[in-house]
Amino acid sequence: MNIHEYQAKAILAEFGVKVPRGKVAFTVEEAVEAAKELGGKAVVKAQIHAGGRGKAGGVKVSKSLEEVEANARELLGKRLVTHQTGPQGRIVRRLLIEELTNIEKEYYIGLVLDRSQGRLVMMASQEGGVEIEEVAAKHPEKIFRETIDPLTGLTPFQANNLAYKLELPQNAVKKAAQFMMALYNAYVAKDCSIAEINPLVLTSEGDIIALDAKLNFDDNALYRHPEIVSLRDEDEEDPKEIEASKYGLSYIALEGNIGCMVNGAGLAMATMDTIKYYGGEPANFLDVGGGASEEKVTAAFKIILSDPKVKGILVNIFGGIMKCDVIANGVVAAAKQVGLDKPLVVRLEGTNVEAGKKILNESGLKLVAADSLADAAQKIVALV
Amino acid sequence: MSILVNKETRVITQGITGSAGLFHTQQALAYGTKVVGGTSPGKGGTKVEGLPVFNTVEEAVRETGANASVIYVPPAFAADAIMEAVAAGLDLVVCITEGIPILDMVKVKRYMEGKKTRLIGPNCPGVITPNECKIGIMPGYIHTPGKIGVVSRSGTLTYEAVYQLTQLGLGQSTAVGIGGDPVNGTNFVDVLKMFNEDPDTEAVIMIGEIGGSAEEEAAEWIKANMKKPVVGFIAGATAPPGRRMGHAGAIVSGGSGTAQSKIEKMKECGIRVAPTPSEMGSTLYQVLEERGLLDRCRS
Repeated sequence: MNIHEYQAKAILAEFGVKVPRGKVAFTVEEAVEAAKELGGKAVVKAQIHAGGRGKAGGVKVSKSLEEVEANARELLGKRLVTHQTGPQGRIVRRLLIEELTNIEKEYYIGLVLDRSQGRLVMMASQEGGVEIEEVAAKHPEKIFRETIDPLTGLTPFQANNLAYKLELPQNAVKKAAQFMMALYNAYVAKDCSIAEINPLVLTSEGDIIALDAKLNFDDNALYRHPEIVSLRDEDEEDPKEIEASKYGLSYIALEGNIGCMVNGAGLAMATMDTIKYYGGEPANFLDVGGGASEEKVTAAFKIILSDPKVKGILVNIFGGIMKCDVIANGVVAAAKQVGLDKPLVVRLEGTNVEAGKKILNESGLKLVAADSLADAAQKIVALV
Repeated sequence: MSILVNKETRVITQGITGSAGLFHTQQALAYGTKVVGGTSPGKGGTKVEGLPVFNTVEEAVRETGANASVIYVPPAFAADAIMEAVAAGLDLVVCITEGIPILDMVKVKRYMEGKKTRLIGPNCPGVITPNECKIGIMPGYIHTPGKIGVVSRSGTLTYEAVYQLTQLGLGQSTAVGIGGDPVNGTNFVDVLKMFNEDPDTEAVIMIGEIGGSAEEEAAEWIKANMKKPVVGFIAGATAPPGRRMGHAGAIVSGGSGTAQSKIEKMKECGIRVAPTPSEMGSTLYQVLEERGLLDRCRS
């Protein structure tokens, strides 16, 4: 799960990570009010769930209340297109009004899971304010790493190691190490999946602060963090994905016109790939899961059809836990409920496959049966 | 022969009284798996399907002589269930549970260091040696005993591969689902090593997906060490970056872990990669034919 920068900073501040003073604003008036509290000058920062906001004109330094007002007016409601949003961009609905920072130098601090080791790794670099992926590709030697033993957590000496490698002035080393310890504590306490401070800033006053902050959370751990769930901003998500999540369905909207309903994440991805391989474009990823009920399948079907781009549907089920007759009943029920008038190709295999095929054949629905995934993909591509 | 499990494997089900645990215990028994009992805290002393239920794994192992367990407990308790099984000294623990918090698994992995237990999963379909032992949620009837090893991060793609192999007359030695989570107990290289050393495995299908670098590491290992042909498939070429595709581990982040880079690496290392999942079986068939191994592999 993603949250906004201002929310991430509030969480980090609870753990003692230093962040600039600031306030969220939903309206121009709130923005001006917040700037007054900061003494009239402020940075106006667009809050969307995507990086690259600065380059896209979503971060505006404002030297007066008039400038704050003008910038807030410009940004609120604006469709901001960054390299991470895709061409459709994201509409700005919230602003972070933040005090100005006197930047001496920018750094990078990140905390991620190293999957090969099964451990968290803290990364630090003097190359702050740029994409860390670029640094990793061009100058991997400029990224310093400390692998963290979950038994001890990040130790002070490890934080010191990183702080010294950043070649910070002596009076900032301790502050940076404390910053890293606090960041680690926040990460673990809140079950983050990524924490990135880019840039981390050494101020002219010698402070170490998080000028930007990105936190993502492990969806698997959200059950124990209702306080994080409450930060969810549904405006940042596709309404179809929100609807799907209510039914425990894993759905991701894509750009194509062939709707997909599949069981199993791997098979769902492979189904999309196969559609593409035969010249089509998938409209979505949808994993109905292992223990899907008829109701769940019906919901899945409706969500796929609520996408106006969808010109045809491919159902691909390999029944393990999921029984083919359950899927077949769901498909029939949903197709009848919504009055399906688009091509439907169904490929069933696995547990109770004969019962499933019988249900489909006797349903009176106009559907095309397929023998394999390749066969199914070719058939639906030909039909849309 | 086979790897990990065979007809001697004595299995207990952790979470045997839950609906998934019960259903799949029945299925395993019907398949012929030697299920010897189960655990469910608070229900010790009762029976399920004629099998004794125990409060703790320690007790279950002492009373039944089990050497393996399968875990169907809910995600919030699954990490602890794994550690309980490790502490009881089991050789093999298969965790089916999906949705375990990542940091819980980081702890589990640390806890397991230096212990003898092998963990398969979590978030996996399990392990099956056809006609001998089925531990997990895969449909048993699609499998045939034979010489092909299957290892995969995806459940349904494993079924897809196994089904194709069976239809081509190529039986399986063992099929292993290593799971779709970013932190798991057993990776591709671990399983490939076992297949490499198993005299009855002649070739391997390896099914990966986007996210992480396990496939790349496996490809390097195969190039350097594998004596048997390996055919691969990678799911997720059309997945948008930064999105988690169902599996917690299936995410392209910061441009790394893409299907394209994995496929390139595998090809570079001499691994034939099936262009679509429908061709996993036929691609292997072709490789076996080219290398004159087909007759040895036919069931």
